[in-house]
Amino acid sequence: MTAENALEALKARLGGKVVETSSFRGDDTAVVTPEAWLEAASALKNGLGFDFLMDLCGADYLPREPRFEVVCHFYSSKTGARLRLKTRLPGGKPAVDSLAGLWLSADWFEREAWDMYGIDFKGHPDLRRLLMYDSFEGHPLRKDYPLKGRQPRIDHAD
Amino acid sequence: MGLETLFGNSFLTTRLDEAINWGRKYSFFQYPFVTACCGMEFMSAWASTYDIARFGAEYPRFSPRQADVLFVVGTVNEKLAPVLRRVYDQMCDPKWVVSFGVCATSGGFYDNYATVQGIDKIIPVDIYIPGCPPRPEAVLDALVKLQKKVSKESVLDREHDR
Repeated sequence: MTAENALEALKARLGGKVVETSSFRGDDTAVVTPEAWLEAASALKNGLGFDFLMDLCGADYLPREPRFEVVCHFYSSKTGARLRLKTRLPGGKPAVDSLAGLWLSADWFEREAWDMYGIDFKGHPDLRRLLMYDSFEGHPLRKDYPLKGRQPRIDHAD
Repeated sequence: MGLETLFGNSFLTTRLDEAINWGRKYSFFQYPFVTACCGMEFMSAWASTYDIARFGAEYPRFSPRQADVLFVVGTVNEKLAPVLRRVYDQMCDPKWVVSFGVCATSGGFYDNYATVQGIDKIIPVDIYIPGCPPRPEAVLDALVKLQKKVSKESVLDREHDR
């Protein structure tokens, strides 16, 4: 199954929950509603042959609303097809279902997205910071995090 | 060391400085605190082509308690800063610190929320090596400069300038 077919198949399965799709020079993207996030990922894995979650990350589009995006890249080791799945989340309390139950690799990706953007993944087994230290306040890759905002753990000279 | 009470600030103490410094500068035990890509260049300076052993500094000690020189090689971030301070605190006097590469020296181009803008904000530094990464020749040059610095020190004043 090629990725174009996968986009069509995904639309056929989810109907109106697929907000938009696009294909540009082999980049095939589907945007789904946050409520359909887990359903879409599950369909890609179990029905459409995408057996590898390559990446999951957050993105901040301040001042757009909905402000945040969660982006997944899937790969099929059988056909070589790739597909990007996105969902858009509001700026207030961004939250979406965790994919860690489907893919073990989503575990740390989601912890990183929580650490950097403060996106809550509902149902994640252990949603702690991955890169920053526990005493760090805020989420450093948010566009409204201060450019020079530093939070040293020990006193600095100067 | 209590030498001033033994000998006073006399001719004998001065000569003792030279003897002790001669021993110190040709027998650095280094602690390589390697965090990033500079480590590859550090290994190159260490290995047979450039052979840091010619200067008596080939012996790495991976326990800070047995080391004389702390080589901070690579980027140090805020998460790691307490670890570096602790390693430094565990080293016995006399001790020296070499900041290896531009990241350890000033944070380099990592001017962001995560990176310490130079390890001299955390611990005192004796020699800075510029470069991204530094050439092995620069590392050897720094080592020779450190030897010169050590040879001018006195066993009496070491613990007071910290």
